[in-house]
Amino acid sequence: MSEQVVKLSDAAIRRRMLADFWFYFSQNRGAVAGLVVFILLVLIAVFAAVLAPHDPTAQYRDALLVPPVWQEGGRAEFLLGTDAVGRDMLSRLIYGAQYSLFIGIVVVSIALVGGIVVGLLAGFFGGWVDSVIMRVMDVILAFPSLLLALVLVAILGPGLTNAMIAIAIVYQPHFARLTRAAVMGEKAREYVTAARVAGAGNLRLMFRTILPNCLAPLIVQATLSFSSAVLDSAALGFLGMGAQPPASEWGTMLAEAREFILRAWWVVTFPGLAILISVLAINLMGDGLRDALDPKLKRS
Amino acid sequence: MIRFILGKLLYLVPTFIGITIIAFGFVRVLPGDPVLLMAGERGVSAERHAELAAQFGFDKPIWQQYLDFMGRLLQGDLGNSLVTKKPVLTEFLALFPATVELGLVAIIIATVIGVPVGVIAAIKRGSWFDQFSMTAALVGFSMPIFWWGLLLIILFSGILQWTPVSGRISLLYFFPQVTGFMLIDSLISGQKGAFTSALSHLILPSIVLATIPLAVIARQTRSAMLEVMGEDYVRTARAKGLPPSRVVGVHALRNAMIPVITTIGLQIGVLMAGAILTETIFSWPGIGKWMIDSISRRDYPVVQSGLLLIAGLVMMVNLIVDLTYGLINPRIRHK
Repeated sequence: MSEQVVKLSDAAIRRRMLADFWFYFSQNRGAVAGLVVFILLVLIAVFAAVLAPHDPTAQYRDALLVPPVWQEGGRAEFLLGTDAVGRDMLSRLIYGAQYSLFIGIVVVSIALVGGIVVGLLAGFFGGWVDSVIMRVMDVILAFPSLLLALVLVAILGPGLTNAMIAIAIVYQPHFARLTRAAVMGEKAREYVTAARVAGAGNLRLMFRTILPNCLAPLIVQATLSFSSAVLDSAALGFLGMGAQPPASEWGTMLAEAREFILRAWWVVTFPGLAILISVLAINLMGDGLRDALDPKLKRS
Repeated sequence: MIRFILGKLLYLVPTFIGITIIAFGFVRVLPGDPVLLMAGERGVSAERHAELAAQFGFDKPIWQQYLDFMGRLLQGDLGNSLVTKKPVLTEFLALFPATVELGLVAIIIATVIGVPVGVIAAIKRGSWFDQFSMTAALVGFSMPIFWWGLLLIILFSGILQWTPVSGRISLLYFFPQVTGFMLIDSLISGQKGAFTSALSHLILPSIVLATIPLAVIARQTRSAMLEVMGEDYVRTARAKGLPPSRVVGVHALRNAMIPVITTIGLQIGVLMAGAILTETIFSWPGIGKWMIDSISRRDYPVVQSGLLLIAGLVMMVNLIVDLTYGLINPRIRHK
């Protein structure tokens, strides 16, 4: 056997890791399907202005509650029908994708950054810092998330921004706990001691040395929180506490459609279907990510 | 064991105090003057304002207010509703059985279906049943339940006309509330058709509420079973020549149940959140709808105390789950 040592550049290592990841991720057909749907969703949201046949807030007074095109009385210009004030369902659904993705991104970013900082502090310093932080997280977790979000929105005032802040606050403890657990596992490893001996300061140790090694569970949790954020914000919208009409947010659309459920099935069915499909796609992706990133499951 | 329980209880004290601080702080961080908020549209004169402020103790320093609040709380006084003027605790206790009944039926549905599905899916890993049920579970897990409820209403109440749209029982029936559980009370009353009416009102909301816990329990059971089936003691049991039903039913299932029981217990919080949506859709007169109505009516004493009661409840249930966990698994207890 030759004792040749293959030296890989950082970029090459990264490429290999990515290839490795994709190998395991692509084994999971559901995850790939979820990814495809999610990419489609992103494209729909980005090109909403091009794709939507109508302005999502334009009211066609001659076309109230027109059924979808395949049903009797349907009109070709309104493929999925219109709502009670004559707005095109398809256009509203297309623009609704922007809301859902935006909400998911904002909520997860706030919760992730907040959770990481808090979790790092708790896990790295331990002692009373840890105790105080984790007790506060316990208190937040003691409330059912939707209820706490509702009450926070009641304090801050109904609206999309406040709903996103409220949901992010409620999700943040999950990230804090995960980060803390991972940091406590990594903290005692040799490479951290080595970095400390080499003179790395606390901030560098926390964010450059330890954090990158704790990312896998956080990525998985971020995906799952993304789908929960879409669901919870739709629920808040449905309860009248999230995005306010005439916003074409899917939950808000459902709230407006409630009184017509027995007369016009399409105004109720499509927004919910849109929520279900997006959440399902993201959850499928999350399952695949977990399988691909969790080394324990890889071998089995 | 007693040390284990005491330790757990002690651990909850700071959390409980934190919960009271949040519930107490809630009314105080609201923008605007709390007295004016409570007075509503009519407004109050300056003297009446001072009088009310003194009555509610808003003129005292904040820490004094908090201590007073805690003192009243420990005496079981949770304040009165601004709308109905009744004590919050009385209202809570009157509505609570409706939510418990709905939640219990939901968790029973979820467990009775979810556990066997998870076990079969694990035993027949990779079969069409496994793939189908796990896909269904993922769909259930991703379900916006407020929409799911509306769909069921369209189908069963609208098109098929099998079930009523809202409420707990038809207005035709009237009987004294003995237990607060409509299913039991209607049976006790002995009135013909009362039980069927109560059941038909309960069925859709409980299916809707059971959806997410069912999905979670099925998935959790499957993965717990898969993990256990790979253990040495299961292989030993097989090698001893025990029939597969005994291996699965006794050796594997009992051990797989530990994480599953935890999961079921942790669904209580999920159920409470789900109850808010489910009760709103089906006009179910329970705690969830009460909270939503109180939030939109700005009935802050109710919101404040309701928060406290619900969080306390979730905490208690989690404690019980923790204790059961210690009971089943001695390793946890002695750690």
